[in-house]
Amino acid sequence: MAAVDTNMTDAGLAEFTAEQLAQVDKIIADHRGKPGALIPVLEQVQEVCGYLPMAIQTVVSDGLGIPLANVFGVVTFYSFFTMIPRGKHVIRVCLGTACYVRGGQNILDKMSQVLKIEPGGCTEDRNFSLETVRCLGACGLAPVVVIDADTHGQVKPAKLEQVLAKYN
Amino acid sequence: MVNLTIDNLKMSVPEGSTILEAAKSAGINIPTLCAWPEIHHTPGACRVCMCEVEGQRNLVASCVFPVSEGMIVKTTTERVRHARKLNVELLLSNHPTDCNICIRNGSCELQKVAEAVGLRTVRFEYPQYKEKKLDQSSPSIVRDSTKCIKCYRCVTVCEEIQTACVLQPSFRGDKVFIGPPFDLPLIETNCTMCGQCVLACPVGALYEKDDTEAVWAALQDPTKHVVVQEAPAIRAALGEDLGMPVGTLVTGKMLTALRRLGFDKIFDTNFTADLTIMEEGSELLQRVKEGGTLPMITSCSPGWIKFCEHFYPDLLPNLSTCKSPQQMMGALIKSYYAQQAGIDPKDIVSVSIMPCTAKKFECQRDEMSDSGYQDVDYVLTTRELSRMIKQAGIDFANLPDSDYDNPLGEYTGAATIFGATGGVMEAALRTVYAIVTGTNLESMDITPVRGLEGVKEASVEVGALGKVKVAVAHGLANARKLMEQIRAGKADYAFVEVMCCPGGCVSGGGQPIAPSNEKRITRAAALYKDDGAVQKFRQSHENPSVKKIYEIFLEKPLGHKSHELLHTNYVHRGTDMPHGKKASVKKAKH
Ligand code: SF4
Ligand code: SF4
Ligand code: SF4
Ligand code: FES
Ligand code: FES
Repeated sequence: MAAVDTNMTDAGLAEFTAEQLAQVDKIIADHRGKPGALIPVLEQVQEVCGYLPMAIQTVVSDGLGIPLANVFGVVTFYSFFTMIPRGKHVIRVCLGTACYVRGGQNILDKMSQVLKIEPGGCTEDRNFSLETVRCLGACGLAPVVVIDADTHGQVKPAKLEQVLAKYN
Repeated sequence: MVNLTIDNLKMSVPEGSTILEAAKSAGINIPTLCAWPEIHHTPGACRVCMCEVEGQRNLVASCVFPVSEGMIVKTTTERVRHARKLNVELLLSNHPTDCNICIRNGSCELQKVAEAVGLRTVRFEYPQYKEKKLDQSSPSIVRDSTKCIKCYRCVTVCEEIQTACVLQPSFRGDKVFIGPPFDLPLIETNCTMCGQCVLACPVGALYEKDDTEAVWAALQDPTKHVVVQEAPAIRAALGEDLGMPVGTLVTGKMLTALRRLGFDKIFDTNFTADLTIMEEGSELLQRVKEGGTLPMITSCSPGWIKFCEHFYPDLLPNLSTCKSPQQMMGALIKSYYAQQAGIDPKDIVSVSIMPCTAKKFECQRDEMSDSGYQDVDYVLTTRELSRMIKQAGIDFANLPDSDYDNPLGEYTGAATIFGATGGVMEAALRTVYAIVTGTNLESMDITPVRGLEGVKEASVEVGALGKVKVAVAHGLANARKLMEQIRAGKADYAFVEVMCCPGGCVSGGGQPIAPSNEKRITRAAALYKDDGAVQKFRQSHENPSVKKIYEIFLEKPLGHKSHELLHTNYVHRGTDMPHGKKASVKKAKH
């Protein structure tokens, strides 16, 4: 199952604060025993934790008394659930027509190579998430990369590392 | 009743039937892959059962489409034939093409369906299946997702019949994946190793771990003394895998075949089934007299044990401390027998033939080495033994009969019925009654505990003990019902029998493929015949070899030696997945 990288999702509960975990427990307690609780619980827990790694799914499974296999089935079925953490900074590389024509794909490939992650992934140190978008409405600046709220136009592959260095 | 026409045949079928069922009753076999008579599930996933219904624009899946009055169905039109072919072609386009070396070659439903629709070319290739990996973590079951056709049969079995909920669908669309959450290795999940999913799988995506090569190697090794034991249920099922009618009792042929394969000593698990009754019966009486934990629950089914360790660890004190007959035999072979025969136990290779995949897990448990060695080295399922017999070119049906070897072969009718649900209970009641009252039960047949009812109850007047209430469950969903009652303190049983597999061992996960209730009943009937008409004794305590082993070796039931060799303890596993490597297994020593 290529789509799930268990290393990525098996980081355990250590990455979450006591406060986050207390909130998770409360969400579960509020819904325990109620029919149809799983999806709303997962939504709220994702809100608190940012994503739904194996360790968190295990907590939900235990707390609600629903087999882990069913929790996992629901998490992977709905696209608004994610098992991949969000980086501190979100990079969005445009692959709209204008950007594509002017080398957007090159930028994306280089970005993947520098960060050592696939599009949709998150770096090991959780600093960057890498996403793609279709046209940001700034075609005149193509190729365009948006990092958090900053738009970078006419990006050159060779300059990428320099740009990224500003985000820690 | 509803009247309809299928392929110009007029018929009348019960309301609520599907087209598939109606067609079948008229002798028209529509190909299927996901629909399966053993379970009620309607995923409508494979689309190989398509039919044309007059008035419907699109073709319909006959396994889910209900009949209605006056319906006209066609199953052989060009459109239907084309659609079925295309759907099988699409399945095969994302499937390995190694039928010749696949474990299901010859028994694969996908092969059969491809033949049934007349498919001769596969024009497309979607090699997504190649991304999947083989899971060989379990000592019992191999999961090869490259071959999975997503029929959901294992999902329904694991969730509804066994309530282990290990195999589930995840993702969606063409990414649907059937397996444990996070694609965890089976050994790290709550899998009971029951193998019921293996019986359900139409293809080679789930199968028993094959240990035949290791056994062949031991048989060829002149420095090894290879000893074998066979569970009760084998003699009622092996024949049908070798061309004989279902339910043929093949005890004598089985023993001859094992000799031809080169086993040095052939004992019988039935001997230790009798021994189990002596130990377990005494344990029950002790618990009743001394106020021990009740109800006492049987412990011969390793899939049930693992289920209890995961889902009902609070009830572990209720489990009898008796090892299963397989493990009692294993411990005795490398102690008692080795001593008697003057053989160094390190030169003994102990093999057992079991109807069960969970037995492969059981024999590798840390607790199962009380002889100082791994007590049972290899477990082969009925299917594996039948493959070895075929590989050896043995004409099984025409073999002469032969007998087991002493001193661990002799058995009674009470032992042989261990293979059917209710059998352990019946055997135990016969002996407990005799011990308590000093007389025999009026009738040896305790029919309320026989048959395929999910949970059976009986109540027997046992002399000074008064009324003894007992219950029997088979299949883990039924076991769960009983455990919930016990947990809630609402059960007043003294003794409970649980078998992991529906019908008991006659339909264990290692038995010939494609189970059905009819086969369960027919195989069980063979065992009841062995009990009622073939064996000289019908009560375990009458077994002369059992009397002898107590005289010269074990001393008495629950004695010091028994505790050392025949009893065990259990592991609190819980349901938190993934389980650490603790449940994982040691390497076999050979
Ligand atoms: S599962 Fe069936 S079709 Fe697939 S390789 Fe095996 S025998 Fe062939
Ligand atoms: S062996 Fe039994 S418990 Fe394990 S996955 Fe298969 S059906 Fe489920
Ligand atoms: S593993 Fe077998 S039974 Fe389960 S969905 Fe796949 S093909 Fe069907
Ligand atoms: S195509 Fe990239 S901004 Fe429009
Ligand atoms: S058998 Fe009807 S859809 Fe699979």
